[in-house]
Amino acid sequence: MSEPSKPQGRKFQLPEHLKVYKDVWVIVEQERGIVHSVSLELLGEARKLADKLGVEVGAVVLGAEGPDLNRICADSFSYGADIVYKVTDPVLSDYRTDPYCRVMTDVVNAYKPEIVLLGATTLGRDLAGAIATTLATGLTADCTELDIYMDNRSLAATRPTFGGTLLCTIQTLAYRPQMATVRPRVMSMPERDDSRVGRIVEVFPQLREDDVVTKVLNFIADREQNEAQLAFADIIVAAGKGLGKPENLKLAFDLAKVLGAEVGVTRPLVQAGWTTFDRQVGQTGKTVRPKLYIAAGISGAIQHRVGMEKSDLILAINTDPNAPIFDFAHQGLVGDALTILPALTDAFSRRLSVNRLAG
Amino acid sequence: MVEKFDAIVIGAGPSGNAATYTLAKQGLNVLQLERGEYPGAKNVQGGIMYAAELEKIIPDFRDDCPTERHIIEQRIWLLGDDNYIGTNYRSEAFNTDAPNRYTIIRANIDKWFSEKIREAGGLQICETTVTELIRDASGKVIGVRTDREGGEIHADVVIMADGVNALLARRAGYQEELEPQNVALAVKEILFIDPQLIQQRFGLKGDEGVVIEIMGKVTKGMVGTAFLYTNKESLTIGIGCLISDFKHGSCPPYKMLEDLKNHPVIKPLIEGAEMKEYAAHMIPEGGYKAVPQLYGDGWMVVGDAAHFNNAAHREGSNLAMASGRMAAETVIELKQAGKAYTASNLSAYKKKLDDSFIMKDLRKYRNLPGIMHENKQFFGAYPDTITAAAHNWFTVDSVDKKTKEKEIMKSFVKKRSVFGLVGDAIKLVRAVR
Amino acid sequence: MHIVVCIKQVPDSAQIRIHPVTNTIMRQGVPAIINPFDLFSLEEALRIKDKVGARVTVLTMGPPMAETSLRKALSLGADDAVLLTDRKFAGSDTLATSYALTSAILKLSEEDPVDLVFCGKQTVDGDTAQVGPGIATRLGFQQLTYITKIEDLNLDAKEIVVQRRAEGGVQVLKTKLPCMITMLEGTNTIRFGKMDDMFRAARYPLKTWSKDTTGAEETKVGLKGSPTVVSKVFVPKPLAQKATMIEAEGGSPEALASAAVEAIFGAQPKLADDLLARAAAGL
Ligand SMILES: Cc1cc2nc3c(=O)[nH]c(=O)nc-3n(C[C@H](O)[C@H](O)[C@H](O)COP(=O)(O)OP(=O)(O)OC[C@H]3O[C@@H](n4cnc5c(N)ncnc54)[C@H](O)[C@@H]3O)c2cc1C
Ligand SMILES: Cc1cc2nc3c(=O)[nH]c(=O)nc-3n(C[C@H](O)[C@H](O)[C@H](O)COP(=O)(O)OP(=O)(O)OC[C@H]3O[C@@H](n4cnc5c(N)ncnc54)[C@H](O)[C@@H]3O)c2cc1C
Ligand SMILES: Nc1ncnc2c1ncn2[C@@H]1O[C@H](COP(=O)(O)O)[C@@H](O)[C@H]1O
Repeated sequence: MSEPSKPQGRKFQLPEHLKVYKDVWVIVEQERGIVHSVSLELLGEARKLADKLGVEVGAVVLGAEGPDLNRICADSFSYGADIVYKVTDPVLSDYRTDPYCRVMTDVVNAYKPEIVLLGATTLGRDLAGAIATTLATGLTADCTELDIYMDNRSLAATRPTFGGTLLCTIQTLAYRPQMATVRPRVMSMPERDDSRVGRIVEVFPQLREDDVVTKVLNFIADREQNEAQLAFADIIVAAGKGLGKPENLKLAFDLAKVLGAEVGVTRPLVQAGWTTFDRQVGQTGKTVRPKLYIAAGISGAIQHRVGMEKSDLILAINTDPNAPIFDFAHQGLVGDALTILPALTDAFSRRLSVNRLAG
Repeated sequence: MVEKFDAIVIGAGPSGNAATYTLAKQGLNVLQLERGEYPGAKNVQGGIMYAAELEKIIPDFRDDCPTERHIIEQRIWLLGDDNYIGTNYRSEAFNTDAPNRYTIIRANIDKWFSEKIREAGGLQICETTVTELIRDASGKVIGVRTDREGGEIHADVVIMADGVNALLARRAGYQEELEPQNVALAVKEILFIDPQLIQQRFGLKGDEGVVIEIMGKVTKGMVGTAFLYTNKESLTIGIGCLISDFKHGSCPPYKMLEDLKNHPVIKPLIEGAEMKEYAAHMIPEGGYKAVPQLYGDGWMVVGDAAHFNNAAHREGSNLAMASGRMAAETVIELKQAGKAYTASNLSAYKKKLDDSFIMKDLRKYRNLPGIMHENKQFFGAYPDTITAAAHNWFTVDSVDKKTKEKEIMKSFVKKRSVFGLVGDAIKLVRAVR
Repeated sequence: MHIVVCIKQVPDSAQIRIHPVTNTIMRQGVPAIINPFDLFSLEEALRIKDKVGARVTVLTMGPPMAETSLRKALSLGADDAVLLTDRKFAGSDTLATSYALTSAILKLSEEDPVDLVFCGKQTVDGDTAQVGPGIATRLGFQQLTYITKIEDLNLDAKEIVVQRRAEGGVQVLKTKLPCMITMLEGTNTIRFGKMDDMFRAARYPLKTWSKDTTGAEETKVGLKGSPTVVSKVFVPKPLAQKATMIEAEGGSPEALASAAVEAIFGAQPKLADDLLARAAAGL
């Protein structure tokens, strides 16, 4: 990131030769036929930006030809794309930086989008850093907010810095395309609309496997392992240091079981070895956006907050009425988590079983 | 291969820095070892720095030394429950080109001092803890061992400047265990605050500063004192009491500091400030009687590790720097004379100390620590009685002055017998005579 | 075998605060440390050195005070250190930074060809994870980010096998040197240096290079070479108003819990329906 410089901000006018760059693109991230949800969130966000600019939304889908890819193209329309650039080649079946970067560079140079968005995932960050270099343009990482400054049609990409204590807005003025990666589950998921259709532009890059140095020997999917699926949970019961000792984590698991929820934790718990890293929520852990987030014994430090503040409903349980978490939770309960959690488990199971009997 | 130096200095506080710098400046091959991540990382000081000693070591230190404010006003306050009585001394004469006292932030000073040491050619290695002294068959210290792989290092002489715990001297059997009544535990905070507020609240301009030394009921009858210093953009506030008292007392140090910060006369001074750092540290307050063996074959001990601290005047870093310099000068003189660092030759260091303010001052106050310890009325009954007396005296309520005087005298005698009062006065006079 | 490790000196983010009065970042007095993510990469490089023998050069671009970070890396066992420092680099964004660092790596390669470049996963201040990929792309090195393990390194065949953290799983990749690797955090623990390395680090004559030493073009570094512009820095506005407090008569845990359940169901009727349906289905 650079300090503010000339040409500055909204007053800057784009040079003529860059004005041919049009449309807002999303690189749709798919691995083994599974689309990362952030790509769909981004299609929704791209839609808003494109409508403001009066341009179209392009989705770039890369991979090997097949039914999976066709389904993903169709989904891209349903979530907001006007054009799908379908880039197919057997070499693209697995993600590897080098062929993906080469192909994307060519596609961007050929079709000239003004904005290119990717998810801030391991794939998105890996690829974005490479293409921004070949395209010699600006890239803003890990954004949490996107907007257009209409004065000069420029993308204003906002992201946290210094661990979330500050936000900064970054622009790419004299270069095109403007690129950004966006944090998963920060933008809301658009409504799916299966009646939407659009144009498909097929691209056949004609790659040769022999030209690709890196080979994929194996892929060990997480589902085969026993990792927590926090990021996608609808309900999360999260525990912090307020639970006192490792044994008490069970209280959170008990409640989670009744609710069909996942258990998340703050960093100190992972550091103290209470549980594994895959359950950590926050800046250095996972970003989550569940429908319900129950935070028990969590102070609400900024590094934790940035990972969960977008939850639809946050209920905080804390003994300290002045705990910072009450400043942004929707509902607060001053009390001892060690007694409230079991009481909640009881109350929920009673409430839910009543219904079963009645139904 | 084991590295060998003319001298090793253990610790990068004021005493170790003074010693290392003095040795390096004279061209000796000196190694300084510090366990902190960087010099100053582990150090806690109120802090006021006295220029005189630093000036002897680095005469032009004022050119770039990162001091905070030079002190133009000293206040001494006796706190009651919701009041204080005190004296202030403020003088324009303190606004000179070469002020004598500065408020400082220790980490900044230590870093600056280390820079000077490197410029002078001293080798400094941090993040390395000395675990023991290495001695030859005759018992002479010939080097140190550190906590790192291949950590043996040799030197002709080792100067221990490792602070109040003096673990190395203790492990080597040169010092006894620390006595709880000889060490104070001090806690302090640095509070960030708008410099304009400092100027307004203390009536200052530019780099002028105020220090407030505080005694009284905040220490809950324990032997101890508190302080509030003005820095450039922060205030330092702290309080300390003897460990022996904390052991028996019911009030833990951080609670005491909280109470001090909430005291009605202190609170308005620090209102709106934000805590930046909290630290706790020990201060050797045993005085003259607690000073240990100071030298032996191949070694010397300086600074807090030698118990050089004048609690009554809150002086420590100046004694540390002076003793560090004297130890280094002893080494230099012996080297120039081609003499070995035997215990008898190193006794020249003790001689220097005896001839200086260090031992003279410590001797002067030699009985003070004991008296304070055994006479808790100085920290409990007196503040109350004195502030109540002042309150009475300054309340204009048509009671004639003569009656007021009588009431006040009576209140003193009620808290403490006439004998007690006179006795206390004599004890104090003796102790500080 | 020549390995370059790019490290960055950053303010210890755990100790950064916002000035209560001016709302600006207070860097003053905040200790500078090596970007914590870089230490995992440095350790991996040192392990390769221990195992198969290699020369490890640490490289940083930054102000002169970044010297302390380089010395620290030397004390951990790195062989050489280069400080890339020049006023002209000031204000570089990731594109310009990766260009400048690449120019230094190319210069290092002239003396002793570089086979591996290690970068941190990301920095804690810039936090972009873009500089590593930028360097790899410019050098034409194979790019291996988010590596959890180096399974095999065959110097004769110049082949390396690694595990890479991908979304939804772990890729096992085999590729050829030269490569640029960023290690995932937590994959190893940085060592405690030996005494001789401490001495060597303290005495090491640091190489200080400027823009002209590496021959970097003026238009590609600093503000001029940076496409991005920071147009605004601000403190996040407090999200919602304060929480609505749940209270219950008597304040017993049971009463509070029941009140909480009702409050949740009241605020999120859809969630309540889902849960009730799920419960009814006997899940
Ligand atoms: C670079 C960096 C990255 C970080 N990344 C993350 C991250 O990704 N995720 C993360 O979580 N943290 C992260 N942290 C740490 C973060 O700053 C906080 O330290 C952490 O979130 C605090 O965890 P906590 O709320 O569990 O503990 P505490 O802050 O200690 O809070 C415990 C709370 O429990 C309450 N409490 C105590 N007893 C009870 C009881 N019986 N019942 C109910 N309440 C009780 C207390 O009042 C208190 O509010 C990071 C820090 C740094 C410096
Ligand atoms: C709260 C407080 C307020 C004070 N206020 C003042 C004041 O206003 N004015 C004043 O003059 N004095 C003051 N003092 C006293 C002053 O701080 C000390 O007297 C002075 O710091 C002593 O210096 P030193 O070098 O002997 O020890 P220290 O400053 O303690 O330095 C010892 C160094 O040795 C290192 N070390 C220890 N063991 C090892 C080891 N085994 N291996 C390697 N390194 C080691 C430590 O990390 C440390 O850096 C105050 C003290 C405190 C605690
Ligand atoms: N100024 C720099 N000097 C050396 N290496 C750097 C610098 N900036 C970034 N890097 C490297 O690039 C990695 C990613 O940085 P960033 O893109 O800022 O998140 C860091 O972990 C470092 O390894």
